[in-house]
Amino acid sequence: MSNLEIELQALKENLLEMMGLVSKQVSLCKEATFSGNLALAEDVIVNEKRINNLELTIDKDCENILALHNPVATDLRFVLAVLKITNDLERIGDNAKNIAVFLTKSGKKLDKAYLDKFSIEKMYEASIAMLSCLGKALKDDDAELARKTFKDDEILNKKNKSGPKTAAALIEADPKQAKLIVRLLAVVNKLERIGDLAINIAEEVVFHVEAKVLKHNKDKS
Amino acid sequence: MKHIEAIDVNAYYGDNHVLKGINIAIKENTVTAFIGPSGCGKSTFLRTLNRMNDYIESFRLEGKIFVEGNDIYKKKVNVEELRQKIGMVFQKPNPFPKSIFENVAYGLRIHGEKDKKKIEEIVEQSLVKAALWNEVKDQLKKSAFGLSGGQQQRLCIARTLAVEPSIILMDEPASALDPISTAKIEELINELKQHYTIIIVTHNMQQASRVSDRTAFFYMGELIEFGKTAEIFTNPTKKQTENYISGRFG
Repeated sequence: MSNLEIELQALKENLLEMMGLVSKQVSLCKEATFSGNLALAEDVIVNEKRINNLELTIDKDCENILALHNPVATDLRFVLAVLKITNDLERIGDNAKNIAVFLTKSGKKLDKAYLDKFSIEKMYEASIAMLSCLGKALKDDDAELARKTFKDDEILNKKNKSGPKTAAALIEADPKQAKLIVRLLAVVNKLERIGDLAINIAEEVVFHVEAKVLKHNKDKS
Repeated sequence: MKHIEAIDVNAYYGDNHVLKGINIAIKENTVTAFIGPSGCGKSTFLRTLNRMNDYIESFRLEGKIFVEGNDIYKKKVNVEELRQKIGMVFQKPNPFPKSIFENVAYGLRIHGEKDKKKIEEIVEQSLVKAALWNEVKDQLKKSAFGLSGGQQQRLCIARTLAVEPSIILMDEPASALDPISTAKIEELINELKQHYTIIIVTHNMQQASRVSDRTAFFYMGELIEFGKTAEIFTNPTKKQTENYISGRFG
C-alpha cells in the first residue's frame, strides 16, 4: 500500500467517524424530543465540540494530502469531496445542537399532539435514514446508495412546506401556545435543513465515485 | 489543424514489438505530454517523429506518420531537413564544446548560412526566445560548459530554435534539473507553444499536468488513453491510466 493510500484510508476512517457522530446526534435529538429525557439533549450539546474538532482534524489531513501527495483522479475527487462533506456534517451537527438547545430551554416533555401535527417524528426518521444511507454509501463508495437519499429529502421538503400553515392553524386554536409552536416550526426548518445538507453529501459521493457534478442540477440521475 | 498524425504505427527492435497500433493526431501550437512507465514506448514513439530511430539497425516501422500532411517515412524524404523542422531537446543538456554563441550559431552554419549579421540576429533572437539572453548577453564568447545545468538546457533549446523548427520534441528535458531551473523550462514551454508544437516525454506527473494541454498515456507499447490533460488527471476513462497517474503501478 502506498503512502497516499494509507493517508486516504485514515482520512476515510476519520470521515466515517464524523459521519457516525453526526448521525448519533440527530438520533439523540429524536429520542430527547419524544422521551423528554433532557440529559440526552445535554449530551448532544457536549458532543458537538467533538464534531468540530474532527472537522478541523480532517481539514488538516486534506490539506496535507493535497500538499504532500498531489492526488489525482479518484483520489483527488475523494479529497475534494471530503473537504465539502465535513463542512456539511459540521453544519448538520450545528442544527442538531440548536434543536437540543431548544429542548433544554423548553425544560419539559413536549406535547405529542403538537409534534404529530408537524410530522416531526417522520421528519426525524427521514433524516436519520438519509444519514444512515450516506454512511454506508461513503464506506462502500456506492453512488447508487447515495442517490437513494434524494427521495427522503422530498418528504422533508413537503413537511417543511406545510409547516407554516400548520403553525398558523395551531396558534389560531390556542394563541397561548404561540411561542412553543413557533419554536417547533423552527425544529421543522432545522430538520429540513439537515435533509438539504445530506443531499449535498450525497452529491459529493456521486462526484467522488462517478466524477459527475449534480450540484445545481435538477436532473440528479 | 492536425500538425502530426500517426496512423496505425507499429515499431520493432528486431523481434521485439515495441509500438502496437498507435493512432494519434496532435494539433498545432499545443503541448502534448507522453507519459507511461519505463519501457512503455513513449520515447521510442517520440523518436519516430523525427526519425531518430533510423540510427538503430534493428529498428523497423510500419504504418504512416504525417507531419504537416507529409508522410515522413517516404523514401525521398530528406531526413536532415525533417530534423530541422522537428527539433529535439534531450534529457541531459548536451552543449557542444564551444562558446555560447557558437552553440546557437552551429545549426545555422551547417545549414549553409554565411551572413554574419544574420547569424548574430538569429542567435540573439533564439536566446531571447529561450529566456537566456539576459543571463548570457555579456558572455557570449565564454564556453557553454560554464553555464549551470538549467542554463545549458535553455541553451540547447535556443540551439534548436535557431534553425526555425515548427515542432519541438523534448525527452525528459527537466529531469536532471533543480526545481528553479525546472520551473524556468516549464515557463518557457508555455511561452513557446504560441509558436511551436511541443511534445514532451516526462516521468513527472505533476510536470505533465502543469505544462501540457493534452496527455497521452502509453503502456506496454500501446497508446492506452489520449485526451485533455485536465480530464486525464481528474477523470481518466481507463483504469490503467488511473492506476498509473495515481502511482498504483508503473
